[in-house]
Amino acid sequence: MGADVFHSEVPLTVNGEARRPTVDHRSTLLDVLREQLGLTGAKKGCDHGQCGACTVLVDGRRVNSCLLLAVSLEGREVITVEGLAPAGGDLHPLQRAFVDRDAFQCGYCTPGQICSAVGAIAEARAGRASHVTDPAADVGAPVELTRDEIRERLSGNICRCGAYPHIVEAVEDVTR
Amino acid sequence: MPDTTSALGAPTERREGPAKVTGAARYAAEHLPGGLAHAWPVPATIARGEVASVDDTAALAVPGVVGVLTHLNAPRLGEADDATLAVLQDARVPHRGWYVALVVADTLEAAREGAAAVTVTYAEEPHDVTLDAASPAAYVPEDPDGNPDEHTRGNPDEAFAAAPVRVDVTYEVPPLHNHPMEPHAATARWEEGRLTVHDSSQGATAVRQTLASLFKLPEEQITVVSEHVGGGFGSKGTPRPHVVLASMAARETGRPVKLALPRRHLAAVVGHRSPTVQRLRLGAEADGTLTTLIHEVTSHTSRVKEFVETGAAVSRVMYPSPHARTGNRVLPLDVPSPSWMRAPGEAPGMYALESAMDELAVALGLDPVELRLRNDTRTEPDTGKPFSSRHLAECLREGARRFGWAERDPRPRSRAEGPVLIGSGVAAATYPVLVSPSRASAHAYPDGGYVIRVNATDIGTGARTVLAQVAADALGVPVDRVRTEVGSTDLPAAPLAGGSSGTASWGWAVHEACTRLARRLAGQLGQQLPPEGVGASADTEGTPDTNYAESEYARHAFGAHFAEVGVDAVSGEVRVRRLLGVFAAGHILNARTARSQFIGAMTMGLGMALTEHSTMDKAFGDFAESDLASYHVPVNADVPAMEAHWIDEDDPHLNPMGSKGIGEIGIVGTAAAIGNAVHHATGVRLRELPITPDKLVTAL
Repeated sequence: MGADVFHSEVPLTVNGEARRPTVDHRSTLLDVLREQLGLTGAKKGCDHGQCGACTVLVDGRRVNSCLLLAVSLEGREVITVEGLAPAGGDLHPLQRAFVDRDAFQCGYCTPGQICSAVGAIAEARAGRASHVTDPAADVGAPVELTRDEIRERLSGNICRCGAYPHIVEAVEDVTR
Repeated sequence: MPDTTSALGAPTERREGPAKVTGAARYAAEHLPGGLAHAWPVPATIARGEVASVDDTAALAVPGVVGVLTHLNAPRLGEADDATLAVLQDARVPHRGWYVALVVADTLEAAREGAAAVTVTYAEEPHDVTLDAASPAAYVPEDPDGNPDEHTRGNPDEAFAAAPVRVDVTYEVPPLHNHPMEPHAATARWEEGRLTVHDSSQGATAVRQTLASLFKLPEEQITVVSEHVGGGFGSKGTPRPHVVLASMAARETGRPVKLALPRRHLAAVVGHRSPTVQRLRLGAEADGTLTTLIHEVTSHTSRVKEFVETGAAVSRVMYPSPHARTGNRVLPLDVPSPSWMRAPGEAPGMYALESAMDELAVALGLDPVELRLRNDTRTEPDTGKPFSSRHLAECLREGARRFGWAERDPRPRSRAEGPVLIGSGVAAATYPVLVSPSRASAHAYPDGGYVIRVNATDIGTGARTVLAQVAADALGVPVDRVRTEVGSTDLPAAPLAGGSSGTASWGWAVHEACTRLARRLAGQLGQQLPPEGVGASADTEGTPDTNYAESEYARHAFGAHFAEVGVDAVSGEVRVRRLLGVFAAGHILNARTARSQFIGAMTMGLGMALTEHSTMDKAFGDFAESDLASYHVPVNADVPAMEAHWIDEDDPHLNPMGSKGIGEIGIVGTAAAIGNAVHHATGVRLRELPITPDKLVTAL
């Protein structure tokens, strides 16, 4: 399928690799990843930005890939759960911690939880406050990821199996 | 000599863990065969009536759409035991959301656009979707033994009237939705008359049987794979319309077809927990001894099939009383078909019973833990059979000790931190021990490895791991020498992952196959194994030990839940501060994955108590909360300190592993414990779930 009035070629980087998928202008990043690029790590749980299972990193920020039109991502850098650890190498520390803590059961929300946690850790380090951050804290100073901070910052990622306490422990393992 | 330390009970790491955390694990919608087409279903927009006409002209004009299936052109299916699977077979619309068409297209986007372009007109009929417990149309269904599902002992009405202390209360639980994270999906393809389906199912064996019947094929010509399943909680326990539609569309179009249901469709087509109206009458002596227990439950079902939310069943198990009536009634309405949701019957039934027990404790001025201890029993009240084991009292005492129950001031509204009222509550839990016949095979290979094959389904329970542990112990080898293959009908047939019975059923067959293999190997000591290995198989069908119905024992798991809540007296918001569960469920086979199941089910119970609620809209016959923005499941910030403990039971009347099943009991007592804690915190007794700020703030 080539570019036409309904389709465009979109050059972008996915997991460090230059890609040029031709996308339907209606396609979300999630559907392009899953259906065109064969990267099914990002999951479709609701397709409406309500569950977080599709979370990936775009230019280092966590996003719901079901809410991003792929055609808008020219030149952007996308990292999915498949790209967190080097191919054939060790697991990413968060991936290892999730296994160690049994921080999942069915595993369907897990790639989103892990990508979301990577993003949340970076946000806290960059001094971005959350709903539970002490309002008196220095603006822009790194935020310590207490259990309450982790719970709050990962509340956009639903886990119906109820692995939340173990997810918090896994994130603590890599931030402590 | 290999290390033969027992593998069972150890916290063995989940085998599919690395695949799940790296995105390598593939679920049903993640197979991309060449030529794949995408399907999108069209739900009915009326609550009752018939399809009058379908105009697919505009849909077929959408670029990329390859076909539109309706009842007018869909192939005729064979017999379905489950009428919800007779999709696109006639014009009848039994409820809103029933599928009336399916659009197949080259791309997902085109399928979706095509579905929106199908014009359906209806001959609408008046509908009734209101659960009225007094409706004359409600009836007493048959229980699983074929008897009326109303059991009576003594003279409960007279005894209740004469009881010195009485509680007469009605509790209500709204419709609830399973909402596993992976929406139901299937990828189907036909090759030379053979059907291969990747399905999101809790039991591929039953899916294959059903597809064979519907598509009039021998089972050998069908393979159903459910390798990784993104949760189910009962909603994937039976074949669902998506797998029939995908298979049908693949055959009609001659292409592989993928159908992943949109989240918003799930409420109508994959089952829900029926709402229940439950009247409880408890009569007791002044010392707390129950004299009467009357538990009457009314739930709804659809016009398509009878499903009964058997809430009263728990009152046949929990507490002895000389006089009792326990009955389940069901009212057919123009609603989507209800089905299993985690601990069907037990979860809402115990919410009502254990809340009423708390009310009785208050009426008696007796500690609620003590009230339950005074009504403990060694025989099942309804059948008179002895329990194979029952450690409810031990769970209550151990939980009370760990929770610090002794420090609790029993007076409601006795503790506050600023505007936050703090209270604690307790509730008991029970779940039956179930088992089904299963097959399995075990092979030993010359390299020292072993392979276990069984069509078990790992819906997140860790089945692969625990079955390897079972095999390792039966073979007397280290667990890492054992590989497990599960999740395909090409493997020995096995029952579903449901009813907390998977591990018991599959494990029994695995244990048997491994025991036979070990015996064969013992006869060949010192000999080199042939390259194809040495195998043994087992089938527990017909073995008397697995026939619990004929048994002289009653088998149930028990537990105790403790909750501490903080209630904001200004906003009415309830926050759970601590949840603690202690369970007696036989021998716990994997401490790590068991803990995850217990706390996971307790989390779902927290949702049942505080956030989960669906409304059957009277005008439209539609569940108003059909997505995850409106149907509120707990999120990370809702879940505080969570503890699960267990009392390891040594019960010789179970299975070779000595296990009872743990997937469901964790939800059973949670909602009552939280509701009782809210009463203790505030003095307000709400009898309708969930306990939301709007209800509480007006009562405070």
